[in-house]
Amino acid sequence: MRTFLFLAIVVLAGTGGDIAVTHAMKQIGEVKNFSPRAILGVLWHALKSKWIWLGIALMTVAFFALLAVLSWAEVSFVVPATAANYVVGAFGARFLLKERVSQTRWAGLLLVAAGVALVCAAR
Amino acid sequence: MPSSKNLLAKTIPLLILVPVFGSVGNVLLGKGMRGMGKLPDLSIPSLAVYLLKILSSGWIWLGIGSLLIFFVSYMLVLSWADYSYVMPVTAVGYVLAPLLAHLLLGEVVPGARWVGAAFIFLGVAVVGRTPPSTTRQV
Repeated sequence: MRTFLFLAIVVLAGTGGDIAVTHAMKQIGEVKNFSPRAILGVLWHALKSKWIWLGIALMTVAFFALLAVLSWAEVSFVVPATAANYVVGAFGARFLLKERVSQTRWAGLLLVAAGVALVCAAR
Repeated sequence: MPSSKNLLAKTIPLLILVPVFGSVGNVLLGKGMRGMGKLPDLSIPSLAVYLLKILSSGWIWLGIGSLLIFFVSYMLVLSWADYSYVMPVTAVGYVLAPLLAHLLLGEVVPGARWVGAAFIFLGVAVVGRTPPSTTRQV
């Protein structure tokens, strides 16, 4: 029970963080130049975005919840179980970021969800 | 607008870095946390002592370093590719992690868990066949 509570925090905070970071990076625009100077410039630009900081805060919560659950559960269980991110993330991408999630992508996500269910059942 | 071939030429190397550094990072964190013992209680002093113990572990810092490389690669790729495309592709790492946990940490992985990991991998392959960006301004 405690394991699933912590996994839920890892998944929900992690997905929320991903969505916030994606929103920020799309506002910054496509990265076209990969010189170290240009990458530092992108990072500097990114650190001025509120959305990046919201993303970092949510990812920090997810990170400590992950550390906690790793102190008692196996890596080979915890990591695939957090693949539930994909399913939660697709809904976030569809409804918050307005991405068009095609039927093929949904089919792939359904397989991912089945995999996560199996991993959790095989605990 | 760059051709979709150029877009793939920079997307694919980053999509390899992301799962490799992501799973190595998770395995290192697992290695570090395995040595921590149980959290005694949820009082502030015990939490602080426990946090210091975590932050003085070399394995944890190696894991954090690895996850930082993961995070920067991930941010770069998200600047042009759809989240719903990138995120499932990185699921390769969720199959790589149990493999590394088995080989490096000696975890016993039950058969059904491998089947579950295979389903996740298949799901990834299906999603990877869709184009990388649907919201780009052309």
